[in-house]
Amino acid sequence: MLTEAQAWQALDAVEDPEIPVVSVTELGIVREVVAEGDALRVVVTPTYSGCPATELIAESIVDALKAAGAGAVTVETRLSPAWSTDWIADDARAKLRAYGIVPPQSAAPGGGQVVRFMSRTLPCPRCGSTRTTRLSEFGSTACKALYRCEDCREPFEYFKPI
Amino acid sequence: MGAQMTMQTTPEHLEYVLRLGDAALIHGQRLSEWCGHAPVLEEDMAMANMALDLIGQARLLLTHAGKLEGQGRDEDALAFLRHEGQYRNPTLCEMPNTDFAHTIVKAFLLGSFNLLLWERLGGSGDAELAAIAAKSLKEARYHAEHTGDWVIRLGDGTEESHRRAQAALDVLWPYTNELFAPNATDDAVSAAGIGPAWAELAAEWEAAVLPVLKAATLTVPARTPFQSYGKFGRHSEYMGHLLAHMQHLPRSFPGATW
Repeated sequence: MLTEAQAWQALDAVEDPEIPVVSVTELGIVREVVAEGDALRVVVTPTYSGCPATELIAESIVDALKAAGAGAVTVETRLSPAWSTDWIADDARAKLRAYGIVPPQSAAPGGGQVVRFMSRTLPCPRCGSTRTTRLSEFGSTACKALYRCEDCREPFEYFKPI
Repeated sequence: MGAQMTMQTTPEHLEYVLRLGDAALIHGQRLSEWCGHAPVLEEDMAMANMALDLIGQARLLLTHAGKLEGQGRDEDALAFLRHEGQYRNPTLCEMPNTDFAHTIVKAFLLGSFNLLLWERLGGSGDAELAAIAAKSLKEARYHAEHTGDWVIRLGDGTEESHRRAQAALDVLWPYTNELFAPNATDDAVSAAGIGPAWAELAAEWEAAVLPVLKAATLTVPARTPFQSYGKFGRHSEYMGHLLAHMQHLPRSFPGATW
């Protein structure tokens, strides 16, 4: 059996399947770990409604906790409050940048506001140039937008704030 | 479960949640048809991403509808095993993709509507629906933004892109009447504090949509008395084909899982 602290430690090693440099705890997906006798209950909040990684993450959490010696493990999904990129840990932001993904720059905008033809100044994660252009609001996964650096001409991704 | 314990489920409440779930499902299904076919790779990814968000929202909404109904139907039973007349999406959602301009104009009109709807539903008296709305709002903002940018790019683009965007708007605009048509379900749900009557959103929606269409140099068609009735289960000729495609696998292999 595992204590809650040991469980959190085990979860620190569970990587996000699509961005394998940050853990599910660093992303702020794991909201709560509750020991109930020998059993553990883990509360997770999905990033995007349709994120295909959600089910794999739940399985990885169960596997990691069992491997660390946990008894029964249940994973519970909690929708409210909705996940926000503001919950991503500071260490994880540095890891994202080193991996080539620009971390979410500002606090997530609230409500229904729409900013059309948004021109954020995003520094290229490779050469540091700020002459960058957004190619699409959607990238290789639901959570990222696609940009291009006008100086080194390399494409890069931006973890968009929600 | 929570919703069942805190409030009595009325048929109108269930109907309202089904409309939301089916709108997300059918709009998402249509967008997913672009996967591998979009004019450029970036838009292929954008269409697939929006489709994923919408189908994710549909899963949450249909799961909730199944609980409200209390007959043991899960998201899959509701998504795949109903007949055409039992789907409650507005007809606009099922309109065919036709070309990229049609899809963009449709996704913009619907996306701008969803943005307003999710914002209002964040304060729903149905706690589960409020939670789904708060999550969906964050996604809908990017959909409205992306498709709005493209409406301007196409409308104010080349002669050919303008012609296609205008043709799309001319076809699709009359179907937006249905979004705002008053009906008894909306009245009951609004009175119960579960969600807005969609007609309440008409003015705000026009205020959001018209400036973008203007910037796109598109001419907004005059309002006509035309009404479609998808919300009431009376669908267009396109719906049966869409369902045949969408339901084929789960109906051919009942209970199949990945």
